[in-house]
Amino acid sequence: MYIRHDDRHQVTLTLNGSERSAHAESRTQLCDFLRHQLGVTGTHVGCEHGVCGACTVIVDGRATRSCLMLAVQAEGRRVETVESLGEMEGLDDLQRAFRDHHALQCGFCTAGILMSCHEFLRRIPDPSEGEVRDMLSGHLCRCTGYTGIVQAVLAVARRRQNHREEEQ
Amino acid sequence: MNSQVSLHDEPRTYIGKRQSRVEDEALLRGLGRYADDLAIPPGTLHAAVVRSPHAHARITRLVVDEALKRPGVRGVLTGEDVKLWASPFPVGVRQSMEHWCLAVDKVRHVGEPVAVVIAEDRYLAEDALEAVEVDYELLTPVVDPEAAADDEAPTLHEDVASNVVNDRHFRYGEPDTAFETAQRTLSLKVRYPRNACTPIECYVVVGQYDPAEGGYDVMANFQGPYALHSVMSRALQVPANRLRLRTPPDSGGSFGIKQGAFPYVVMMALAARKVGAPVKWVEDRLEHLQAASSATNRVTTIEAAFDDQGQVSALRFDQLDDCGAYLRAPEPATTYRMHGNLTGAYAIRHLEVRNRIVLTNKTPTGLNRGFGGPQVYFALERLMQRIAVELEIDPLDVIRRNLVPSDAFPYRCAAGALLDSGDYQRGIELGIEQGGLDELLARRDAARREGRRYGIGYTVAVEPSISNMGYITMAQTPEERRRAGLKNGAVSTATVSVDPMGGVSVHVSSTPQGQGHRTVAAQVVADVLGVSLESIRVDVELDTGKDAWSIASGNYSSRFAGAVAGAVHKAALKIHSRLVSIATQQWKVSAEDILFSEGRVYTQDGAHSISFHRLAGATHWAPGTLPESETGGLRETAFWTPAELTAPDEDERINSSLCYGFIFDYCGVAIDALTGRVEIDRYVTLHDAGRMLNPQLVDGQVRGAFAQAVGAALYEAFHYGPDGSFFSGTLADYLIPTTMEVPDPRILHMETPSPFTPLGAKGVGEGNNMSTPVCIANAVADALGDTVEPGDIELPLTPSKVRTLMGIEEPPRPEGVGEDSTETTAGGGSTLAASDDVEIPASPQRVFDSILDPDTLQAMIPGCHSLELTGENAYRADVTVGVGMIRARFDARVELTDLDPPRSLRLSGAGRSGMGDAEGAARIHLTEIEGGHTRLDYDYEVTIGGKIASVGGRMLSSASKMLIGQIFSRLSHQMSGAKVKRSLWQRIKHRLIDRGGDA
Ligand code: FES
Ligand code: FES
Repeated sequence: MYIRHDDRHQVTLTLNGSERSAHAESRTQLCDFLRHQLGVTGTHVGCEHGVCGACTVIVDGRATRSCLMLAVQAEGRRVETVESLGEMEGLDDLQRAFRDHHALQCGFCTAGILMSCHEFLRRIPDPSEGEVRDMLSGHLCRCTGYTGIVQAVLAVARRRQNHREEEQ
Repeated sequence: MNSQVSLHDEPRTYIGKRQSRVEDEALLRGLGRYADDLAIPPGTLHAAVVRSPHAHARITRLVVDEALKRPGVRGVLTGEDVKLWASPFPVGVRQSMEHWCLAVDKVRHVGEPVAVVIAEDRYLAEDALEAVEVDYELLTPVVDPEAAADDEAPTLHEDVASNVVNDRHFRYGEPDTAFETAQRTLSLKVRYPRNACTPIECYVVVGQYDPAEGGYDVMANFQGPYALHSVMSRALQVPANRLRLRTPPDSGGSFGIKQGAFPYVVMMALAARKVGAPVKWVEDRLEHLQAASSATNRVTTIEAAFDDQGQVSALRFDQLDDCGAYLRAPEPATTYRMHGNLTGAYAIRHLEVRNRIVLTNKTPTGLNRGFGGPQVYFALERLMQRIAVELEIDPLDVIRRNLVPSDAFPYRCAAGALLDSGDYQRGIELGIEQGGLDELLARRDAARREGRRYGIGYTVAVEPSISNMGYITMAQTPEERRRAGLKNGAVSTATVSVDPMGGVSVHVSSTPQGQGHRTVAAQVVADVLGVSLESIRVDVELDTGKDAWSIASGNYSSRFAGAVAGAVHKAALKIHSRLVSIATQQWKVSAEDILFSEGRVYTQDGAHSISFHRLAGATHWAPGTLPESETGGLRETAFWTPAELTAPDEDERINSSLCYGFIFDYCGVAIDALTGRVEIDRYVTLHDAGRMLNPQLVDGQVRGAFAQAVGAALYEAFHYGPDGSFFSGTLADYLIPTTMEVPDPRILHMETPSPFTPLGAKGVGEGNNMSTPVCIANAVADALGDTVEPGDIELPLTPSKVRTLMGIEEPPRPEGVGEDSTETTAGGGSTLAASDDVEIPASPQRVFDSILDPDTLQAMIPGCHSLELTGENAYRADVTVGVGMIRARFDARVELTDLDPPRSLRLSGAGRSGMGDAEGAARIHLTEIEGGHTRLDYDYEVTIGGKIASVGGRMLSSASKMLIGQIFSRLSHQMSGAKVKRSLWQRIKHRLIDRGGDA
């Protein structure tokens, strides 16, 4: 079947727990679809070529560059964006740690970084600093020099670990 | 107008605290409102820009018909429209060159906008770019600034005679006398590359045109300075009040770069006019890297006059600044931002400066964090390191000996900066002690014992903040300045208002880009009015149609903490004093008795107390109950400009900034022997930025600047091909450091409050951009040692560059091998011949004698480990020579023959190494020229055989040209420094004769 770049498709996906649907062209990037069709502008676009990491979202549980994925490829998938973090009235522990450690300045890179960290801590609950830095090396932040971000992730991991130990 | 107010009477609950930011919650929840997130008017169209693929060309034909037929395309804006509706941008120097927002006849850099396609969505607009037909007639590009400055170079702007569009000389004190009488002099030529603190968010502009009012309304993530508002409105041919320029609530970083959005403000305003609908443009990363903005690359020759202890009496700067294809406002500000404080943290009284601005076929330059600082300090602090190496003393001693004395503040520098406060000596001691210098020195010793390359670098710097708007006029002659009207000052504005329910709103015109201005402004107001941080809302959007602003508004020159927070403080004090006067009237108490805290206003004795919102609310609800002086309502705007920022004086001295912080940095770096990678072992940075308003944010600024500086030092550069093509168009080519490359710096603070700012604070956001690149370079130079030419330490020090500088070292000749076989012929190798000349500031006789002096001769030969006398004017030398990556260690015979003092001689040599053989000779002619100087002409022939010759003829010829050139430039440099001694042979003869006489 021949697909034209501007053919329009109905794309339905689960966004932050709710089913959402809109039209996308074959070539529409997922980041543009999320931001401009579905209105979740928390996900940012910094390079559109897969280097900066600002556009990172979680697709079916894995951190994914939404500038390197087409909207049509997200059909039927579960997509989580920064808007899914925290509760209605407050920040979650990861977000709070970012604030407390001054892990953001302009905040433009932050959504992508939070999503990577979120997924990473689910996979590796007790990381070393080296592992955290390695994970973060997929993101560019121009403001912070990264120190606060690394500290925030390590602090959250420690705190969650303590909680788990207390519960046992 | 300079009211000195202090915080003495306020209980300080918030100021000076590590306060987490009010900005963060929204940003962390994805609720920030950046330019591309804002709602746009229905019917908004989208733009994509046709850009030049050529660095220098004439546009011979531009046809848009095909593009207009493409789906969704609604119009194309071209140079013809622009000529009809707009003017070129005003330029900062008196030259007839035109810079339009779109090319009208020629293109002068790759990526220069040529046309704007406007379509129903961005994808469609981009689709149609290829359908715009443009024919170009190619012209010769000029890329290198020194080549561009040559009289013979093709000119970028035909109406201007030369690419050097501004050339100014300055002299402070008596530099000539200082240089003539100095025990020593040393000069160094360095190049600072092009780079940019490129933010993660690119430019976004939404333009609208209102034909009824004849005005434009543009939203852009522009960052100021708002002096450029007048540049934009003049280009659009409208009065300033018909260009409403608005900024979004949040910005994805700028670091100076978003100043360069202004041509696009004009472009999208015109695009909207073209299609009769709002037009939105979102820049992509390729566009951004190739055409948005760049730091100014600079070629500096810096020279110092000093004594044997390293005390510097005079400096000479010859700066050639490459501003790219157009001199875009506010350039040539890069050149002059540091002018008043060119002598850095040092008390150097004699100074000579030559500044030239040259245009080349590259992206126009503009604001970039550190602005002018990295370029100046790279030259100055490399030179200070060289002085230490030359004198074989500790670089810290050279630094210490020259610092501005602690009791000298405020200190007027040679070129006019008034260093407001500081204690540099104490800063150094603190830094040494708290940063652990001793331990670092021990680490270097240990590393070197193990044979690893490890170096330590030092830098001191003053960090200027709050720019004097008058410094930019230094590019003009005093006469031109007088005619144009003197400019000076730095007006900052802030408004504080209290609503009928007692809520406090603050507005500042500082257009922050992530620094946390909302938090700090709230901290300042909360302390003055005694209310909680949460009850205050700070608005940082700037709307030139509605808000208080002035030309100095915007986010640059680290002006927030010193100036804008000061204006906020002043506005809050106005509210405070109005409330005090209401309370004194009602309670019949004196003003001193009234206190503000915890949301209440009360008297010290507890007799009276009222909630803040009741008291403030009365100005709205019951103005009739207030004193007669009260007008009702509660809103105060403060403008603040410091008296110290005066216009340049008759002697061309300029206090280019209001505040000058102090920085002392040092670092240890290790170089990987295999890859050449520079690893920062430890970085210590001490800052004195006056009073810290929020230490957490101060550290954040230091860390951010440091990370960018690590990029500038080791990874980042905009690369251009010889034809002006651009090589750094993606973030995979332009390497921004990641977590893996940025170590955590050790940050130290001291506080000597500024006497000139309302809160005693100074800027702190740019310091490491200035100090860190050269500090790392000094450490790398220390690690590589003497085998590397000082001028070859060029940024960025990428692994491949460092690896090349290191070369592949051949071990020394083993004992007993090749002892008597230095007679060698390099038969069958390649022979290279060339000639050149060099000017030496000494008489032919002195030059001649120096060449005969073995110390000078050894110093002349690059990579000479030892030189041993074997007969009259004959030597045996151990020399390492690098050709490309190969480094060969030669056992060589060097001879000086055909002596005809002081006119000519022959320098010949032959050597053998494991990598091959070489022999060569140079004929040297000395001619006396003007000023008693010497022109040294030389022609040489070199024959090379063996492995070395395999690197190829082109490389060999350029390497030998460079090597031979180095021999004579080293001679020249020796001659301008050390005193000439008699030749060793002469000295031995003298000694023999003397002894004979004794006998
Ligand atoms: S925008 Fe997707 S990685 Fe940069
Ligand atoms: S906070 Fe600005 S880019 Fe990371």
